[in-house]
Amino acid sequence: MVGLQHYIILSAVLFCIGLYGALAKRNAVIILMSIEIMLNAANVALVAFSRYVTPQLLTGQIFAVFVMTVAAAEVAVGLAIIIALYRQKEKVDVGEVDLMKW
Amino acid sequence: MPNQIPWLILIIPFLSFVINALILRPFFPRQHKLAGYVTIGAIGIAFALSLWTLSAVTGSPEHKLDMESFSWLKIGNLNIEIGLLIDGLTSVMLVVVTLVSLMVQIYSQGYMHGDAGYIRYYSWMSLFTTFMLVLVTSNSLLFMYLGWEGVGLCSYLLIGFWFHGRPGAKPGDAVGLYAPANAAKKAFLVTRLGDVGFLLAILYLFSKTGTFNIEALGEAAAVKGGVLAGAAVTWAALGIFAGAAGKSAQFPLHVWLPDAMEGPTPVSALIHAATMVAAGVFLVARTMPIFMHSVEAATVVAIIGGFTAIFAASMGLVMNDIKRVIAYSTISQLGYMMVALGTGALAVAQGADAGKTQAALVGLAVTIGIFHLFNHAFFKALLFLGAGSVNHATGTFDMRLMGGLRKHLPWTSTTFLIAALSLAGIWPLAGFWSKDEILAQAWEHHRLVFFLALITVFMTAFYIFRVYFLTFGGKYRGGEAAAVHGPASIARPPSHSTVAERHEAARSHDVHPPTLHEAPGVMVAPMVVLSVLAVISGWFNLTGGFARLLGEEEAGHGIVSGLFGIFAHPLPWISLVLAGGGIFLAYAMYSKKWVSAEAVGRAFKPLYALFSHKYWLDEAYERGVVSLGLIGGFFRGLAFFDSKGVDGAVNGAAQGTAGAGRLLRRAQSGQLQLYGMAIVVGIIAVIVGVFIFGA
Repeated sequence: MVGLQHYIILSAVLFCIGLYGALAKRNAVIILMSIEIMLNAANVALVAFSRYVTPQLLTGQIFAVFVMTVAAAEVAVGLAIIIALYRQKEKVDVGEVDLMKW
Repeated sequence: MPNQIPWLILIIPFLSFVINALILRPFFPRQHKLAGYVTIGAIGIAFALSLWTLSAVTGSPEHKLDMESFSWLKIGNLNIEIGLLIDGLTSVMLVVVTLVSLMVQIYSQGYMHGDAGYIRYYSWMSLFTTFMLVLVTSNSLLFMYLGWEGVGLCSYLLIGFWFHGRPGAKPGDAVGLYAPANAAKKAFLVTRLGDVGFLLAILYLFSKTGTFNIEALGEAAAVKGGVLAGAAVTWAALGIFAGAAGKSAQFPLHVWLPDAMEGPTPVSALIHAATMVAAGVFLVARTMPIFMHSVEAATVVAIIGGFTAIFAASMGLVMNDIKRVIAYSTISQLGYMMVALGTGALAVAQGADAGKTQAALVGLAVTIGIFHLFNHAFFKALLFLGAGSVNHATGTFDMRLMGGLRKHLPWTSTTFLIAALSLAGIWPLAGFWSKDEILAQAWEHHRLVFFLALITVFMTAFYIFRVYFLTFGGKYRGGEAAAVHGPASIARPPSHSTVAERHEAARSHDVHPPTLHEAPGVMVAPMVVLSVLAVISGWFNLTGGFARLLGEEEAGHGIVSGLFGIFAHPLPWISLVLAGGGIFLAYAMYSKKWVSAEAVGRAFKPLYALFSHKYWLDEAYERGVVSLGLIGGFFRGLAFFDSKGVDGAVNGAAQGTAGAGRLLRRAQSGQLQLYGMAIVVGIIAVIVGVFIFGA
């Protein structure tokens, strides 16, 4: 029987994969994808809690839809930044993007 | 509202200052005569009101007018009031200040005639009179301090009245150009030194009792075992005396007064003889309820006074500048007043008159000192006005260039002689009565001070008659013209000088061309009035009347028995013989020349050098106190503390911040992923923390 904890574990595993990718990868596109994974890990948790903890209410599921919407917008902005970065540096390595330091 | 009239005494001279300084000077500079009339009118009204106040005070049952106080400042529980204390002491001072001021203002019309700063002069004189009246009428130490510093400021402004140089000083004459400004600075700084003590005493008394009110402080001091018992009252009294010593030029803060003679002579007469320098004496008298509870403080006052009296008189013996002799005489006489107050306080502190009321005890302690102040104000102002008149005629203050003026200046010479006799303490003139009372009181309560004062009687008579014989006796020695042309023309009478010489002399001294003539009527009239007072002002006490003015009840006696009854005691005989001896010695040395002054000077060469160099105190102060102590020690220490301590702290804080910044900015790598890592580690740390230690 698949219970709440399975979904939570799935969510946690996905989030850790995403976190690892976001922190460890150098390619900006991969980092963007990793962030998407983290957002979707959160979505899994939201839907699972909605289903098991408050089955009468749809709050969690509706919130997941909102997250997806925001994620789409975020991807659009993120890809735009990556393209601008590529035009500037001819590569998309975030190790090179350190202009914000002192 | 008759009780509000004393306020007018303060307001009217202030209005005169406002009119002179803010209306006449900027808009009507050509109508400069008006400034004199405005000032004289204002001070005349103030004098009339002061007389009214004096009669109202003596007529009132408690020798005091009840005045309403105004609330000036309210902070929490602290309520600072501005109010007047009109009692016998105040009203006597009011009359002295306004009367002498009135005489001096009238005289100044002649003396300052034609001076470019005529309106400025009268503005500051009005302002001075205002502050002096604030000082004597205030009922709280705080507002008394306002008047105190105000008269100090006006004294500074008027000593430095010729801040651009003495009248007629030529370019290149360093002394003539800078002496007035330097003297003003010296006076200001030296008196400020004493004022520090006064201010500390005010704040100390306030911290102990929570009030500035003089009467309340007096009551607090009288409580046995109260907040002011023991050493507290002594320290407070000594602080107040430090202020008084600065203002009244008592040793060791006396050095400013002789230099203050750089100011116009009427200023010396008003500020540096009759009123402001007496403010120190007045302050001690006003705070007598504090002094009379401390034997130590009273002894200090008496000893400093006695020492100053003889010390200043010794320097007066040898000065050649007529005004400086009179200035040293002033210091010496102020010393007498301090002796009177100190021994008066001792009399009460030693319990001489137990069982009397507080007010009666205060009256007993201050009467003699204030009586001498009262007499001294008249004859000393007169001496200065006489010196001014002599300067007006000869253009110089150097007595070696005068002589023989009795013929040319009959009024001046007669009034000067009266003032000199009064100062020397010759019966029955004013000075005799008060000086004799001081000697009698000193004999009873402090023998050492008595002998100092007794020797001073002899010296006083000698130096003032030395001035008289050098100035008015013998033959004329040339005046300013002789100084201009050197010793060759000294012997020549002025009528023989050529036109060119007279022209030269007139140019060198624009304000007072040195042609021998009696002073104009506006100058003579005040001198005559003051000379009458210098004769009779001592008689106020013959019937015990002066003590009654101050609220003391003394058995009165008739005027004739008062006038002659004094010779029942041996003391007046001694002081009269001493004074007569001093006068005779001056007569022998400077009029008949039986004894050569030069020979005496050679015989006592070390003493003469000591006196004429003013005990080298000016040099000692300059080298010792200022160069070594202040500039070399204290100021260097302050500079070290400032550059290393204060600046060091600021620079250290700045460098510490910069150093920390240099270290910490390495964390700002610009690598987004490092920041992300830091956030993750942080969150995990928080979560772990919550798990371990609970929410």
